[in-house]
Amino acid sequence: MIREVVFNLNGETAVWNGGPAARLLDALRDGFRNTGVKCGCREGECGACAVILDGMLVNSCMVAMGRAGGSEVMTIEGYKKTERFAALDKSFASVSAVQCGFCTPGMVLAAECLLRENPRPDEGEIRAGISGNLCRCTGYNAIVKAISSAAKDGEGLW
Amino acid sequence: MNIKESVIKSDHAMKITGEAVYVADHPTDGMLFGRLLRSSKARARVLDVRLPALPDGYLYADKNDVPGANKVKIVLDDTPVFADGTVEFIGDPIGLLMGPDEDTVNRLLERIEVEYEGLPPVLSIEDSDTVFFDYTYAKGNTDKAFAEADHIFEEEFRTGLQEHAYLETNGLIARPDGGRITVHGSLQCPYYVQGAVANAMGFEPDRVQIKYDTTGGAFGGKEDYPSILAAQAAVAAYKAGKPVRVIFGRREDMEFTSKRHPSKCGYKAAVKDGRVTAMDIDVKYNAGAYTTLSKVVLQRGIICACGVYNIQNLAVRGRAYKTNTVPNGAFRGFGGPQPFFAVEMMMSHIARNLGVEPLAFKERHVAAQGDVTSTGGRFHFPVPILLMIEQVAKACNFREKREAYKNQTGTRRKGIGMSLCYHGAGFTGAGERDLIKAVAKLRKYPDNKVEVLTANTDMGQGLNTTFAKIVANELKIPMHDIIIANPDTDRVPDSGPTVASRSIMVVGELLRRAAVRLREQWADGGEQLVEERFKEPGYVIPFDLEKFQGDAYPTYSWAVNAVELEADTLTGTVKVLGAYGSFDVGTPIDRNIVTGQMEGGTMQGIGFASMERMAVDGSGKIRGNSLSDYIIPTSLDIPNLQCMLYEEEYPEGPYGAKGAGELPAVGAAGAYIEAIEQALGDVRVNHIPFTAEDAIEILHKEPSL
Ligand code: FES
Ligand code: FES
Repeated sequence: MIREVVFNLNGETAVWNGGPAARLLDALRDGFRNTGVKCGCREGECGACAVILDGMLVNSCMVAMGRAGGSEVMTIEGYKKTERFAALDKSFASVSAVQCGFCTPGMVLAAECLLRENPRPDEGEIRAGISGNLCRCTGYNAIVKAISSAAKDGEGLW
Repeated sequence: MNIKESVIKSDHAMKITGEAVYVADHPTDGMLFGRLLRSSKARARVLDVRLPALPDGYLYADKNDVPGANKVKIVLDDTPVFADGTVEFIGDPIGLLMGPDEDTVNRLLERIEVEYEGLPPVLSIEDSDTVFFDYTYAKGNTDKAFAEADHIFEEEFRTGLQEHAYLETNGLIARPDGGRITVHGSLQCPYYVQGAVANAMGFEPDRVQIKYDTTGGAFGGKEDYPSILAAQAAVAAYKAGKPVRVIFGRREDMEFTSKRHPSKCGYKAAVKDGRVTAMDIDVKYNAGAYTTLSKVVLQRGIICACGVYNIQNLAVRGRAYKTNTVPNGAFRGFGGPQPFFAVEMMMSHIARNLGVEPLAFKERHVAAQGDVTSTGGRFHFPVPILLMIEQVAKACNFREKREAYKNQTGTRRKGIGMSLCYHGAGFTGAGERDLIKAVAKLRKYPDNKVEVLTANTDMGQGLNTTFAKIVANELKIPMHDIIIANPDTDRVPDSGPTVASRSIMVVGELLRRAAVRLREQWADGGEQLVEERFKEPGYVIPFDLEKFQGDAYPTYSWAVNAVELEADTLTGTVKVLGAYGSFDVGTPIDRNIVTGQMEGGTMQGIGFASMERMAVDGSGKIRGNSLSDYIIPTSLDIPNLQCMLYEEEYPEGPYGAKGAGELPAVGAAGAYIEAIEQALGDVRVNHIPFTAEDAIEILHKEPSL
């Protein structure tokens, strides 16, 4: 008998029956159709699969479903409904920080975790905060600028 | 609207919300998962393939299932769809196993036994006895120049494999549908894929539909490769009578898909009265096991082999060698970054041999408007390199720092270097006129919305936005009245592939002209269709590929790069303090978009020079097939990256725009290595990537440290 895993996904109760050994990444994408969670490596190296698990940024490819039981998971599908997302959305748009977009959902969630810890980061802190998320397209400048201006314009949000 | 002003990218919202549909995001109900059975030997005869008993619903396809030709049409057609009797590199596809459960497919794949008769693999240019392509061309009289020279200098430069490392791996879905087949997924060039699938299936092209899915980066890595994978997936889906999805894991993608050609470039230069009067250049590329795009990569490489300089006498030879390694193909710059690294170092080293400052020496040789190109064409338009050098020099205090960093002591030492390059905009030679013959259309609907119909793909470079801007600007209608759907060969004309930095310059101009015509005949509430076809600009000196004579490109995009860094002489580690660049891509159709391209490309160029190292072991196996072994730059590696634009308008491009996408990846390596040489104490470096281990090796040889 396969043990059920119950967790909270973007504010709602979610039940996973695919076994505790499944990767959170696969459960989110295949089971719950949260396809904004991207798979770039399945080895914890790229950050495309990043989600927020109990307030922490994690690479969902490296988390077993057993570990997610009882936890709160936020993906871009949930985060995009928040006011903080709106601030990041605007700042990413204004500097064209999205190119191919494959790193973007993970990058935005990394920005959220960074700003939550440190609402007014300097450039170096932003660069450190997103250093686990690879982007092959942008050279990172636009992303760093976007996060910095979201922090300024979104004063009080974080 | 000012065409340069940035707008919100049309794909921004769908991507940042995670709603954009990439190939892996399509529902998989009723679909089979496919995995390729790959050769474990670099060179062998395949004697037997023994399959385990396959459960119901699981199928295997190989060469015997190919209904058309077992050849993938690329430039030539020597790449088989599935191996036929022999395998030529580790990873060469032998067959495709498919079934409804992915894990089961993976388990069954492990149990397939392949019996080989191994042959000794050829792994390097030096050991290769098969030359795929061999070109020579000449300018002036090199014999005479060498005979009269004051000095003759000779050096050899090497560059390594570079992996695209787009964040989304290669992947396609093939769907049989009555007498037709549809393939969609991650790709750059829908009509290339259509041609390849039609050829393998033995279908007329109209029985093959290729659709583009939002693609997570490509950089050339999805130019030819999807033609191969699409042929395989189509054959498999046809056999199964069901949709088949093949999406590579990261390791599979890194190990078995195309990369930048490793190169070995020999330079011999004659110097008379302080000027380089002649160069004898020998360019060698490791093509890998099949020819794929090597023919055209090599052509571009040898044409730019003397760099941005006006060298009166040239003898150039270029060869692409077969080896039993993964076939190398297109990668941003397309054969340009290798000789540009070589020629920039060569010029820098000659200057140092002569006791002059490299930049001043290079400046004396830079070509000017009206000069004859390497192939007897003309630089028809202004060459802004000298002005761009000043722009970059000012941004980083280049000359002052170059002086200040001489004769340093201590553990940490700084260096700064500068390199110059161009990228020939568009296809090499007469390809655009004779082969591509691009067609672009605009369709106006009764609600006065206008749809852009081209086969060009937006892989992140912003094409859907820039195309829409051009059309909206001419029609004087809002951007949101322009429709651009993902290209689908059933709906769009063949406007050519999305390669060679041609899309804005060539197809963008067709769209601009189509929009002008549509504006002139605009009928409110009506449905209208206008079409534009490519015409070669009148000033072009026709290119003769046999002789390598004429204008290889209608115009050129120019770049100046500078890199400042600090080396730790104990550990060999290098910290980039700043990377600066000036880029002339003509008029930027959108400043943010163009700047983003320049920043991303510069970073790839520095990666190529420094940390991106992929080795092939003695058996022909690629080492470094994961993102933990093959390191690409993170947000911490190049913190101070400043890309500036220099706008030299090109009269034949839309609003003065010319080729952009590849330029930033072409020249950075020369600047990085010149800076390394200075930091490590005036050493000489002749290869990239140059890693910390390389630095240690040089430092240990250096008695003064
Ligand atoms: S897919 Fe999880 S880190 Fe790359
Ligand atoms: S936008 Fe393509 S990887 Fe970041």
